[in-house]
Amino acid sequence: MNKLTSKLKGNKLAQIILLVLYVLITSLSLYLAQASVTAFLLMLFSLLLLYYTELPDRLKWLIAGVVLIGVIPFVSSTGPGYQSYMEVATVVGIYVAMALGLNIVVGLAGLLDLGFVAFFAIGAYTYGIFATGQAANFMPFGTFPLSGESFWIFILIGCFVAALFGVLLGIPVLRVKGDYLAIVTLGFGEIIRIVFNNLDKPVNITNGAMGLASVKPPEIFGYQFVYPNQFYYIVLAILFLVILAVRRFEFSKIGRSWKAVRENEIAAQSMGIHLVRTKLLAFAIGASFSGMMGVVFAAKQTFVDPTSFTLLESITILVMVILGGMGSVPGVILGAAVITILNLQVLTEVTNYLNQLSLDGVISFPEALAPAKMQRFIFGAILIIFAIYRPQGLIPSKNPVFDEESLKEGSKKHRKEKITVEPDKGFQA
Amino acid sequence: MSILTVSNLTKQFGGLVAVNSVDMTVEKGSITAVIGPNGAGKTTFFNLITGVYQPDNGNVQLGSSSLVGLKPHEISRHGIARTFQNIRLFSNITVLENVMVGLHKQLKAGIVGTLFQTKKVREEEQLAKEEAYHWLEYVGLAKHLNEDAQNLSYGAQRRLEIARALATKPKLLLLDEPAAGMNPRETRELTEFIHRMREDLDVTIVLIEHDMKLVMEISEQIFVLDHGEKIAEGKPAEIRNNVKVIEAYLGKSAVTPA
Repeated sequence: MNKLTSKLKGNKLAQIILLVLYVLITSLSLYLAQASVTAFLLMLFSLLLLYYTELPDRLKWLIAGVVLIGVIPFVSSTGPGYQSYMEVATVVGIYVAMALGLNIVVGLAGLLDLGFVAFFAIGAYTYGIFATGQAANFMPFGTFPLSGESFWIFILIGCFVAALFGVLLGIPVLRVKGDYLAIVTLGFGEIIRIVFNNLDKPVNITNGAMGLASVKPPEIFGYQFVYPNQFYYIVLAILFLVILAVRRFEFSKIGRSWKAVRENEIAAQSMGIHLVRTKLLAFAIGASFSGMMGVVFAAKQTFVDPTSFTLLESITILVMVILGGMGSVPGVILGAAVITILNLQVLTEVTNYLNQLSLDGVISFPEALAPAKMQRFIFGAILIIFAIYRPQGLIPSKNPVFDEESLKEGSKKHRKEKITVEPDKGFQA
Repeated sequence: MSILTVSNLTKQFGGLVAVNSVDMTVEKGSITAVIGPNGAGKTTFFNLITGVYQPDNGNVQLGSSSLVGLKPHEISRHGIARTFQNIRLFSNITVLENVMVGLHKQLKAGIVGTLFQTKKVREEEQLAKEEAYHWLEYVGLAKHLNEDAQNLSYGAQRRLEIARALATKPKLLLLDEPAAGMNPRETRELTEFIHRMREDLDVTIVLIEHDMKLVMEISEQIFVLDHGEKIAEGKPAEIRNNVKVIEAYLGKSAVTPA
């Protein structure tokens, strides 16, 4: 095996051939064996392989685009499992975007946020209220529900409203640090959910625990988005923008100031970094991704109620970030995908299988160990194993590598002062 | 011409008066040392100047503007940079990025510019990398640019702190025990380096130091603190023979033999 990998290393052609072969085989198996979860997972695994190839970044993006836009929807489209696969893929996309948002707050800026799902809820309700008749209760002007064509604008509105709440939350909360911050954000998450749960009186804004039903589906030029395979493309498009934004922020002045604040607040301040503004920016940008996906979620489910936004959701997103690798964009994407698929597909399949076995009388489970209860247990066990054996995450974060030669050339023009010694001997006399 | 004027500066922590009505004037372009026994209030004094603590009383003036009430990042923008007694680097990012953080306030990139990666932002970022590299060359860490800051040796970490501080283009540089933990050779190199910084960069330097050889060799003016109070100030030769100073360091019996 080692010999094989060492041979592959550096040989881009071999890598690309192997990758294409892999994609072909998994596509074919998924195409032929329709209900096979394994085939679907192996198909998704090709993206991870792609990440580890040594191809140029642009080519990687291109291949990933082809696989995500064309291959996956196409090969899973023939059988009865089509919509459920697309549903899983869509949910994965939503969680990936949220985990990337939380990664900015927790992974880059080092602010432990246990109430992150609140911003998701804010996005969902922003669209939910105006895309149902609900808004008519407190807004006498205008006709509600708004048409499905407003969805596209609401993605932006959801983004801004969530960012605004991120700032509003941040102003009081950022006075505290560390463990206290975690507790306060946890409180905020619960407050938002409970407010939504009770805001049906005196003025009925959120329709309380009943939730908002029949949210208008997105629409463009008369074409309606109703099925998961349609939402899949919306999520994919937003996700692409989110990843692009995250990468750009991470390696910019702003990203550096986040990391500096994470590493040492006092030193960061004495370098001229505005502590509160930097933290607020992290909160706002992280929240905005979540808000966008909240809008999509509301439109996809066509139903919004407070039970979708519990503390468990916040924890799950945090687990995605930690399992994937704090501060690492590819890691967090993988972490979010693994956890979502584990929850939605693998563990459910395992439970079904065990249920079937016990129904057939092959094994019998005592009541306390019923397969449905085992699901959380297995999930927990996996997390513990990871915490022990891979605390830095699936794909640990990497620092950028700078090209010394090009900097050496460029640094000369910054030499305004009269340096009398050779470079690199600056300190040694 | 004086660059830093401290007058009547006082800071209390509960019942303890850490800094007690200290006056100090630092000449522009000079090298000044602040010395004193452990717990004399030297680091607290630095923290008051850089805004980490707010003084209870008194004034700190840089040039013609008062620094009292300003946040640390605002004071940094006024042109004061510092290093820390217990090294405070950004441990998990690269050496080059550490220095680039020092360039923070000189960079103009905003959210929109970053998102769209405008030409201006990309050029600015490239210039920042080059300038940061230049500072690494200046302190002799250029070949370590891609290492994590925490993996540097102790002496190299101290140099990186200085590079990071220099990147902010300070008028006044505060060094908190720069020679702590260094061997005699490294200390000698540091002495020369501090001299050179002043020549090259037109910067005023104030340092806290316990290494008396270094202090006497390098500084033009020395202030001595003990129990939060300034007990002496003057040229090295004057301080060396000051009775109060000897008393503070060695006890009363050293001055008045029984």
